[in-house]
Amino acid sequence: MIIIVSVLFYFLSTAAYIAYFFIQKNYLYKIGFYLLLTGLFFHSTDFIFKFTQINVFPINSLQDTLLLAAIAIPISFMLFQYKLNLKILGGYAALSTLFITIIAIFLPTQRSAEIQNLFKNSWLASHVIIIFMGNAFLSLACGAGLLYLIQEYTIKTKHNRFFFKRLPSLELLDSAGYTSIIMGFTLLSLGMIIGFTYGKIVWGKFWTWSPKEVCTSVTWILYSALIHERLTVGWRGRRSAIMAIIGFVLTIFTFLGIIYIRYA
Amino acid sequence: MHEIVVLGLNHKSAPIEIREKLAFSKDEALSFLEQLQYSDIIKEMLVISTCNRVEIVAGIENKLYGVDAIKTLISKFKQLPLNQFENLLYIYSGNTAVRHVFRVASSLDSMMIGEPQILGQIKEAYKLSISKKSTGVILNRLIHRAFFVSKRVRTETGIGDHAVSISYAAVELARKIFGTVENKKVLLIGAGEMAEIAVEHLIRNKASDILVANRTFERGMELAQKFNGKAISFEEIDGALKFVDIIISSTASPDIVISRDKVKGVMRPRKNRPIFFIDIAVPRDIDPEINKIDNAYVYDIDDLSGIIEENIEERQKEAFKAERIIDEAVVNFSKWYESLAMVPTIIDLKNKIESLAQCELSKTLHSLKHLSNNDSQAITIMTRAIINKILHDPISFLKTDGCQIDKTVYTDLTRKLFKLDG
Repeated sequence: MIIIVSVLFYFLSTAAYIAYFFIQKNYLYKIGFYLLLTGLFFHSTDFIFKFTQINVFPINSLQDTLLLAAIAIPISFMLFQYKLNLKILGGYAALSTLFITIIAIFLPTQRSAEIQNLFKNSWLASHVIIIFMGNAFLSLACGAGLLYLIQEYTIKTKHNRFFFKRLPSLELLDSAGYTSIIMGFTLLSLGMIIGFTYGKIVWGKFWTWSPKEVCTSVTWILYSALIHERLTVGWRGRRSAIMAIIGFVLTIFTFLGIIYIRYA
Repeated sequence: MHEIVVLGLNHKSAPIEIREKLAFSKDEALSFLEQLQYSDIIKEMLVISTCNRVEIVAGIENKLYGVDAIKTLISKFKQLPLNQFENLLYIYSGNTAVRHVFRVASSLDSMMIGEPQILGQIKEAYKLSISKKSTGVILNRLIHRAFFVSKRVRTETGIGDHAVSISYAAVELARKIFGTVENKKVLLIGAGEMAEIAVEHLIRNKASDILVANRTFERGMELAQKFNGKAISFEEIDGALKFVDIIISSTASPDIVISRDKVKGVMRPRKNRPIFFIDIAVPRDIDPEINKIDNAYVYDIDDLSGIIEENIEERQKEAFKAERIIDEAVVNFSKWYESLAMVPTIIDLKNKIESLAQCELSKTLHSLKHLSNNDSQAITIMTRAIINKILHDPISFLKTDGCQIDKTVYTDLTRKLFKLDG
């Protein structure tokens, strides 16, 4: 299975990033970055391979879904790294991808025969891809938020020089978190619109009060409140970081909830 | 061959009163270097003079007389009796001198380990020597190696990392909060040397507007002019809190100048943009409780000193690594230096063989008149090739193994074997 190879690369990438964090040699994060890229390559190959095998966008089993969610994280990090120079977040991205991929491997592979219609499938596929990319960005925001809280704590308490030296500036962490939230929120909104339209086409209704719709909307409202407060009264720093973490926890909760309802 | 010696005194060996008497200005150093041409014993010389050290690095013909020659030269030039400073001098020669120069250049011998200025000062000193042509093969090599070692130490160890002065520590902190100090607005409350150095350091890092608030407005105006900033009255501080980013406070006020409530009140109009207080005053000017407000950070003089202490310890740890790099460089330099002793023998050997070959070659070619130009050229080239092949092994032996043990054994042997001394 190709996916095992990518797990191996994700593992090595995580190790390289951890080593970078401790030793602070630049070549280490570069190695980490390329290992992550290689892992992503094998991961995508695995996905495309499945696609050609079953001829439908492979999101019909729990494992497929989670593997797709995992793919989105390194991709979003690559895009993110292109804009902002926040190397250490690569370690977070590699670790979370590794974690999700390993969980996915142990999940059931049985596919539900629910969606075979190609038209419906492409609607669902774009909905899922966009939502997952959005979630990946929100997870990066959560990571930046965690790092922000650690760095803020070290600066406020004035003692722990270990993290102080190794973590980037508060400003960078804050703006990186905010950029990720804007990206994630935009994609989330777009994905939700597609989802609603899809619902209208298939079930004839935009809104069905299903738990997943309710949960997603709550998450969406939370993020829109965060962005609104930031733009008007300048919610930044600590509060923004905590909100980003809560928002992402809620996102995971929604995701797990959906999976539970769908596959249990 | 010249021997390397270092004569000098620094902050550890001599008090400031003597150091300042012996310090060389640029012009003094230049005319001191000119003295070199009148000496038969001192062959090469370099003068390093900083506020913490005066050192003469020299290449001398004879160690016994050379050191004394340098001492008298200094004494005469500075018009200071020798007995006033002689016992404060440290004198190093050979490998110890090399090690000392490397350590000084790498800032291991500095008062503040790892400070970066010393390398620039040595470069400056070397420039003076070059302009007076007072360095030769040995000192040139020594100084270039010293630059190289210093660069290695700086990149491979963390000796220059982490601030070790209040103003550097403050800027380092500001960077961790704001990402960059560029375009940040600074408010200086009160005056004082340390606070002013901190402001200067912020300006060097491209902080933009500087505001100065002082109890006496005139004093504030003076300072503002110095920093190219603007003076404000004490009453205007509250208003300024809405837009400044970094506040450095150093007043003689017995009470707190900026209270928690004031800062709490401005956070909303500031849209929660971070604000950083550096409190250098004792008793303190800034309410320490402000540190508990989100996006507000307060560091007082003790906090900053704490950071500096930790950083100094860190540098000392790094200094051990640096010593290892220097050990290696000293060994390499001494190998080169030793091989230098072989050079005259090698040259004599080459000359002798070449002249023998040349002599025989011209005899032979003279009697073989029928050869074409090309043919005789081919024979000449072949002869050279044979010489090179034959000499290759003995020369590389002399350059490497020959100078490992007792170099004179092998030079003497070579000289006798080939009858190089006529």
